[in-house]
Amino acid sequence: MSQYKMHILVCGGTGCRSSQSGLISELFQDELLRKGLKNEVQVIRTGCFGFCEKGPIVKILPDNTFYTQVKPEDTAEIIDEHIIKGRKVTRLLYLDPDTQEYVSDSKHMGFYKKQLRVALRNCGLIDPENIDEAIARDAYQALGKVLSEYTPEQTIDIIKRSGLRGRGGAGFPTGLKWEITSKNPANQKYVVCNADEGDPGAFMDRSILEGDPHSVLEAMAICGYCIGASKGLIYVRAEYPLAVKRLKVAIDQAHQYGLLGEHIFGTDFSFDINLRYGAGAFVCGEETALIHSMEGKRGEPTNKPPFPAQSGYLGKPTNVNNVETFANVPVIILKGAEWFSSIGTEKSKGTKVFALAGKINNVGLIEVPMGTTLREIIFEIGGGIKNGKKFKAVQTGGPSGGCLTEKHLDTPIDYESLTAAGSMMGSGGMIVLDEDDCMVSVAKYYLGFIVEESCGKCAPCRIGNKRLYEILERMTQGKADPEDLDKLRNLCNVIGDTALCGLGQTSPNPVLSTLNNFIEEYEEHVFEKKCRSGQCHDLLYYVIDEEECTGCGACKRVCPVNAISGEKKQPHLIDQKICIKCGSCMEKCQFDAINLKNEYKPTTVSV
Amino acid sequence: MTEIKTLADLKKKQEEVKSRIDLRNKAENPEARVQVKVAMATCGIAAGAKKVMEYFVEELEKRNIDAIVTQTGCMGYCFAEPTVEVILPGKEAMVFGYVDNVRADEIIERYIKHGELVDGIIPQNYDTIEQEER
Repeated sequence: MSQYKMHILVCGGTGCRSSQSGLISELFQDELLRKGLKNEVQVIRTGCFGFCEKGPIVKILPDNTFYTQVKPEDTAEIIDEHIIKGRKVTRLLYLDPDTQEYVSDSKHMGFYKKQLRVALRNCGLIDPENIDEAIARDAYQALGKVLSEYTPEQTIDIIKRSGLRGRGGAGFPTGLKWEITSKNPANQKYVVCNADEGDPGAFMDRSILEGDPHSVLEAMAICGYCIGASKGLIYVRAEYPLAVKRLKVAIDQAHQYGLLGEHIFGTDFSFDINLRYGAGAFVCGEETALIHSMEGKRGEPTNKPPFPAQSGYLGKPTNVNNVETFANVPVIILKGAEWFSSIGTEKSKGTKVFALAGKINNVGLIEVPMGTTLREIIFEIGGGIKNGKKFKAVQTGGPSGGCLTEKHLDTPIDYESLTAAGSMMGSGGMIVLDEDDCMVSVAKYYLGFIVEESCGKCAPCRIGNKRLYEILERMTQGKADPEDLDKLRNLCNVIGDTALCGLGQTSPNPVLSTLNNFIEEYEEHVFEKKCRSGQCHDLLYYVIDEEECTGCGACKRVCPVNAISGEKKQPHLIDQKICIKCGSCMEKCQFDAINLKNEYKPTTVSV
Repeated sequence: MTEIKTLADLKKKQEEVKSRIDLRNKAENPEARVQVKVAMATCGIAAGAKKVMEYFVEELEKRNIDAIVTQTGCMGYCFAEPTVEVILPGKEAMVFGYVDNVRADEIIERYIKHGELVDGIIPQNYDTIEQEER
């Protein structure tokens, strides 16, 4: 009997690997060898399961048991108890936070219930370094079908009818893009996969490349056939070593099978894919900058037109699509345009992968149909806010996006509704903020990112964003003037109108959307010098609790600027105008009478 | 490694490799399939459960029945080993005792295929966590 009776799937995504999943799968192998079960139980390292919060994930098949937070020392117990004796290791099962019951099958978990995995269909199911497993899950069938049954025009028509739109952010219709590139005559064209995922907190594309690289390779070949290109390039950031490694393995294996290279499927169509490494600059996710970077030039954007479809890589017509967009293509070919367009909303079809991060219980990678509401994503799939805190906002679309608040929770998510709400789809990062987050600081954080990443080519982005950052910094330090609020808004509008590329034009979005939704917090920072969430250190005050203070005078003696006054055995007071916030008094106080507060009673100031 | 030259080649290759992940495809929805659990504790194995399990795996595949065969621990009916639990979709679990290849054949032909009860059923007297979940 050669067939394995049981499979142990160990997550080999970057998140789980960093919590020793590599060691865990080796320990499983060793233990199986020792117990003589090597030929009956197979251990597979898969791509990301998505439930990163509870990683490392181990799944046992065929009974579909989902173990969470497995440690290397748990492996022997899983083998002894589950594999040999058939008893589940209860303490490693997922504990449902609502019912306090252990759930062994992932499909009964809130995290997976609402999900529909299309782009992530093979992530967490196959060994990404083994092409046979991908083939068993229909890889390259779509390419074969297209090459033997459809003309390029017919294929483009299928993609157009499916309603697939670019998953990288702007949402340009994919079929239309292919059609435009296909109609530009040239002796050489290029298919480029944009794997330069740069939004803070986003890891969708990385997970697809790590978990199912063949889906991207296959779709690139299909695209090559449609537009008449024989060369494909994947622009991937060098910070994704695992994705790079698995892509290399996948390209190698596809070559050995003749699924890439000359005369694919015995036709005249030849297609080859190479990797290009980026150094991790955010602006290189912009397609013109990306193309310059691949050409060996500076990663700076240029004016459009000419669009890459007319003159792209080395001046040739180039079709640039994002990883997730490509990952959808083979399924659309196999299941049909009608199937795909039946999912989602009127203008946004299919599903979208989101990376959930921030103050949320279930940090991870999810895929939901377009039109799912933020409430479903955050409270049902995401399991709500960490530590029972109150939801404040969710940041979508990365540094080009904006913050959505409580009133947007029931908006169905698609490209249009997010834009209307003042944010954008972006590549799919979702950072959840709770009541402890200061919105001015959040805007400042994103601006800081933009200032770092701006390529410096155009003045609005290079200088304007720096000025924006300085205004925000003044606000968080309590040094802002009332007119700074108007300056902030005006400057945002100017940058949006005048910057050269998409990065610059959208860079003020985090400020604008927080200004619109949280103006009261800005006003508090400016007028009252108060930060309600206590995040801005400069807006915190050392205050002596009159009830607790014994009047020992220790704080008064240690204060380097003589800001503390008070009679012996009487409650002391700190003059906030003199205080330099060194913290010495709080350290010295033996009665815990001195605390950091985000406001102080004005009466306690004047002595 | 042979090159894949036509779509038919690819389909052939897929058939070849499909069994490798069959288990994973099926596991997505175990309740919708026939589940056969063979008790494989020391007592069961000593009584020949391993052979019975292999028989089930091979025969179910041969007879084209979409089923999941797993091993479990001791079910507690050591007097009747080898014991086999069969769950038909949407039905209560049935436990059969004293299962050898002949009885296994009977279970497949009569119970799994036609839902007829066969001799040797042990009344089940406990619940499992999964049943409570459902």
